[in-house]
Amino acid sequence: MWTWFHQLASPPTFYRFAEVLAPWLFGTSVMLLAVGLYGGLYVAPPDYQQGDAFRIIYVHVPAAALSLSVYTIMAVAGAIALIWRMKLAEVAVVAAAPVGASFTALALVTGMLWGKPMWGAYWVWDARLTSELVLLFLYVGVIGLNQSYADPRAGARACAWLALVGVVNVPIVHYSVTWWNSLHQGSTILSAEGMRNPKISGDMLWPLLLCLAGFYLFFGGVLLRRMQNEVLWRERNARWAQQAVAA
Amino acid sequence: MTKRQKRMFAVAALVAGVSLAAVLGFTAFRKNMMYFYTPSDLLSGSLPAGAALQLGGLVERGSVKRGEGLLIEFVMADCSNQVPVRYEGVLPDLFREGQGVVATGHMDANHVFVASRILAKHDENYVPPNVAKSITTADGKHTCAPFKSVTAASS
Repeated sequence: MWTWFHQLASPPTFYRFAEVLAPWLFGTSVMLLAVGLYGGLYVAPPDYQQGDAFRIIYVHVPAAALSLSVYTIMAVAGAIALIWRMKLAEVAVVAAAPVGASFTALALVTGMLWGKPMWGAYWVWDARLTSELVLLFLYVGVIGLNQSYADPRAGARACAWLALVGVVNVPIVHYSVTWWNSLHQGSTILSAEGMRNPKISGDMLWPLLLCLAGFYLFFGGVLLRRMQNEVLWRERNARWAQQAVAA
Repeated sequence: MTKRQKRMFAVAALVAGVSLAAVLGFTAFRKNMMYFYTPSDLLSGSLPAGAALQLGGLVERGSVKRGEGLLIEFVMADCSNQVPVRYEGVLPDLFREGQGVVATGHMDANHVFVASRILAKHDENYVPPNVAKSITTADGKHTCAPFKSVTAASS
């Protein structure tokens, strides 16, 4: 098990492994999203208050969930990169940031489009919206920091430190609606009360869970592809990389 | 200590330090993190009289009275107190009796909250219309729990 793990951490083995796994992640993700979006947009009944406008959750909720998960993954990879100096973890930090930033931006934009007709405002400075915007700035900071270094390994380590500092914002975003008064509603699925007594009806929930799974697998595929690119670039003088490109 | 252990310690110390700073900071500035005050805060007398602020609560069932044009009057309530509100303007789609709202405005001399803007605060329940009854409380209200008192908790 450990030898397999160590082998996977070597760039050429990872590259071949990702080459096989990524298409499966993308394929499964497309199927899940197709069924999930069909279920969410056609099968699920309209909401008792919001009517059809609630259907934005099938994009907004997965995007927001990913914005937090990707940052957490980035911080864990950052810790591994800093402590064990593992090359692949450095690559993961750098490769994940733009994807996480995109999910964060998508969550903010879909939320604003929903907020105008439902709340009556595109944007308010409540704790949830503000902390999610701070999350976007943290992602942009990691991207910018990485670009400002000529040495990619030094850049990735600087990004890892920033990712670790910023990870404190992840629980703040999640619990902002519990700790403080906010205009944004509380958690529907991931709350102690919601687990006991579901706050969403089953025929609205299953498409949401499929969309969530689809988004996660899509992220997995994109991360593998981006890491492959980054590894190829960093090892461009190695023979295996030249062979992989030539093949 | 090996170099690796030193790095492990540095990472742990950083995360712990930043978390501690966040906890201390947000505990000290809890009031500033609140998007709105509740009717209980307003009636407790601890806020400056007539100050401009945001007030959040549930629209009391049966209290909405529409006047001339866009004028509307209703009662806003949290778990224990009520404040009459007057507003003239366009309401958001989700403005309903029994639903949460956040009003920007001030308390006038007659103890009526005069609002210049009203936003709907949606709850976290998603159900089709035919099962909507099951999520309301016995007296037909939604839960008042999302409206946390600002002044009571910080004192």
